[in-house]
Amino acid sequence: MSEHERPPVDEQAAETPTDESQEPSRLRKWSRRAFIGAGTLAGGGLVLGVGGVLFSPNRLRVMPDGSEGNGQLGTWIRITPDNRINVLIPHCEMGQGALTGVAMLCAEEMEADWQLVDIEQAPPEDIYANGYLVRAGLDEFGVKIPRWLERPLDYVSYKAMDMASIQTTGGSMSTRGTGQFGMRVAGAAAKLMLLDAGAEHFAVPVEELTARASRVTHEASGQSATFGELASLASTMKVPNGPPLKPRSAYRLVGTSQNRADIPGKVVGEAQYGIDVVVPDMVYATITAAPIPGGRLASLDPAPAMGMPGVLDVVQLEDAVAVVADGYWNASQALAALNPQFTDGGVGGVDTGAIRGMHATAIDDEGVGEAPESARIVTAEYCVPYLSHATMEPMVATARIANGRLEVWAGTQDPLSSRRVAARAADLDEEDVTLHNQQLGGGFGRRLPGTYDYIEQAVEIAKATSPRAVKLVWSREEDMCHGYFRPFVMSRQAGALDAEGRAVFWSHVYTGGFSDSMAARPVYGVDDLDVRSAGMPEHLRTGAWRSVASSQHGFFVESFVDEMAHAAGRDPVDFRRSMLDEEPRHAAVLERVAELSGWGTALPEGRARGVALVESFGSIVAQVAEVSVENGAIRVHHVYCAVDCGIAVNPQQALAQVQGGIIFGTSSALFHEITVQGGAPVQRNFPEYDMVRLNNAPLVSVAFVDSGASIGGLGEPGVPPVAPAIANAVYALTGQRLRDLPLRLA
Amino acid sequence: MAIEFTLNGTLTSLEVDPAMPLLWAIREQTGLTGTKFGCGIGACGACTVHVDGTPVRSCSTPVESVAGREVTTIEGLAQNGELHPVQRAWIEHQVPQCGYCQSGMIMAVAAALEQNPRATDEDLQAAVTNICRCGTYQRIREAVQSITATTEASSV
Repeated sequence: MSEHERPPVDEQAAETPTDESQEPSRLRKWSRRAFIGAGTLAGGGLVLGVGGVLFSPNRLRVMPDGSEGNGQLGTWIRITPDNRINVLIPHCEMGQGALTGVAMLCAEEMEADWQLVDIEQAPPEDIYANGYLVRAGLDEFGVKIPRWLERPLDYVSYKAMDMASIQTTGGSMSTRGTGQFGMRVAGAAAKLMLLDAGAEHFAVPVEELTARASRVTHEASGQSATFGELASLASTMKVPNGPPLKPRSAYRLVGTSQNRADIPGKVVGEAQYGIDVVVPDMVYATITAAPIPGGRLASLDPAPAMGMPGVLDVVQLEDAVAVVADGYWNASQALAALNPQFTDGGVGGVDTGAIRGMHATAIDDEGVGEAPESARIVTAEYCVPYLSHATMEPMVATARIANGRLEVWAGTQDPLSSRRVAARAADLDEEDVTLHNQQLGGGFGRRLPGTYDYIEQAVEIAKATSPRAVKLVWSREEDMCHGYFRPFVMSRQAGALDAEGRAVFWSHVYTGGFSDSMAARPVYGVDDLDVRSAGMPEHLRTGAWRSVASSQHGFFVESFVDEMAHAAGRDPVDFRRSMLDEEPRHAAVLERVAELSGWGTALPEGRARGVALVESFGSIVAQVAEVSVENGAIRVHHVYCAVDCGIAVNPQQALAQVQGGIIFGTSSALFHEITVQGGAPVQRNFPEYDMVRLNNAPLVSVAFVDSGASIGGLGEPGVPPVAPAIANAVYALTGQRLRDLPLRLA
Repeated sequence: MAIEFTLNGTLTSLEVDPAMPLLWAIREQTGLTGTKFGCGIGACGACTVHVDGTPVRSCSTPVESVAGREVTTIEGLAQNGELHPVQRAWIEHQVPQCGYCQSGMIMAVAAALEQNPRATDEDLQAAVTNICRCGTYQRIREAVQSITATTEASSV
């Protein structure tokens, strides 16, 4: 990569402004689909934005809510005369710390004083739609992605292109997408305009100026001015095309650990989540929906609830019944008194055994590739269950319909598409709907587009309570049973080893969709590789679950490669390494985790190690789990982890994501399973869907391998290697090869 | 009949169903929303508050059972405008992620340390059984160790 990376500029010439966009803004294209726009703030100062696919000239007149009076154009950076920089980020905070990292990338390019940077979440308006997600998934920036051309687009890119307007936080994309390809460009462009302003202000050549710590300085004359002082003048400067970005070696802020802005509010109980919303005169509701997918409300006698304390209404929806009351407790007591009858959607006879059978049949029909004659043939079948996201905050939404308008308060991973869902449910235009996004008490995919049943329900109930607002709160039981579950997936694999113990053939047939095939494909160099989907038998609703397809395929592929290693009589690390000649980054990560974990050294009696290596969401992660068996149960003592995410923008937060991902993965490997009986999910609360807690949380040691490669995601990549590393350790310890999750010893 | 108790140092009187869980009385009647609803059956600890200094799961504690007692929520943990040592350590170690469980977690840890200021990891995990779905346990341990280490140092 050159000293100064340049974003691609398809059209160097400035756009001719349309009539609507002449004042106060000007606009430049910097790629076919993206623009840099700049303008003057009403009270003085510079506003500059880089927009994605939806940022077009006629959109510059779209004023987001709350922007009146300060001239905010719905773009990404504001510099005010008091020398504050306000960075607007089209992503939400759900604990992953991405807002901080994205703002750091902006401040780095801008040469801003980090202490003077404020972070704001962009409101849900079209103009903030984060079209960069698409771009981050495409290899247009000279970023080498191994065997990219052989692989389809990853899940989020695929989904993103499928949608007209998105404002998603998911796919571990905020930092590597918006941050890398949007915010850096915005910061760099702002810096150039500030330097140009300084040149005019001091009447010196721009080459003699430096920008540093929110100040432009002319060293020769000793003159300097703050960004704030120059901001208004800067807004009249030429908007740069494809501004050069800083080389890594010049970074001052990126790569240093910075505290997150949202944490102080979270330790004193002040952070406001969806469940904390209070709207004047609001009422409360809770709900029970058809337990079986596709079921409808067949009959209901509301009488038992109507006389109960605080009850205001019983609202019947097509597939659910809700009780409206003066508080959650009264609503839930009254709901429990009802005996709604639901239809079974025609699938009331389905149970987990039947689902397993459907998947096995699908794989039988597709057929696993036939291994060539060789020294050793290995075959295996794996299976993972449905999983609930089980965010700590159950689904909650507040809605108010009044005066032809709808307001919704909810925590969602995509406020724009949430607003669209709400508008449709209310039969209103999107312009008549305001969505106030709240902090998320966990997301993990449950609050992504396509999963907004709780918002639709709140809007339906609000029709009945109008003009009063209603806050719909799901019980834990409702939340556990009405997920968009991680799918039930089966995998069958066949491998062949030659006389020297090398893998020469590998066939992997799995149930799942097209978009899973990247995750299903082993990274290892095997000449004869055959990866196919057998289609997807569905029963429960499914959705993206932290690390999406990689959560199951990490387990399938890394378990199977371990089986082949043992069949070949090879050390599992050596066996993997021998097939990574073409993948030096993967090899380096594997090497690092072996070293970190003391792979090959003696362990105390009764303990063993297992290894796994998974690339997902642009990052490569290897883990070694150290396990024992205590009272017949698997105990994970320590997980060692090496990560190549290119650059760790905010190292302490990068670490937090990996630490958390490992615990998330451990919970699912050891405990999690949603089974189906009589067509409906069985598990209803935490005792049956238990979590790792302090007493069984493994120690976690993480090393970042600094490859200097393009920034990778981190919200998800820590999850996939956990289950196979544990399963492989259990095999090493006990000789039992556990091929189903959750892992249960015979 | 009104139920009276002290909430974060203030005498509070609520006209509610005596069987209503303390959680909902606090959240919806007094407007203090820092205490969170997680499971409703006392399994996750997101709703942990102190009653006379003892940690209780407020989602399964009838409000009538705290009549005449002292209830402290996350909003009342800081004293005289100063954060509690656990809250300070939580910021220093950047413990919370989504943060939803952390009110309850902090209350549970604060009570455990009140009970045993030199709590080891083992003491801590016996006393604190709360769920954090984001998986912040490692930082919880480190933050608590930083507090107990200070306690050790100051008592030498």
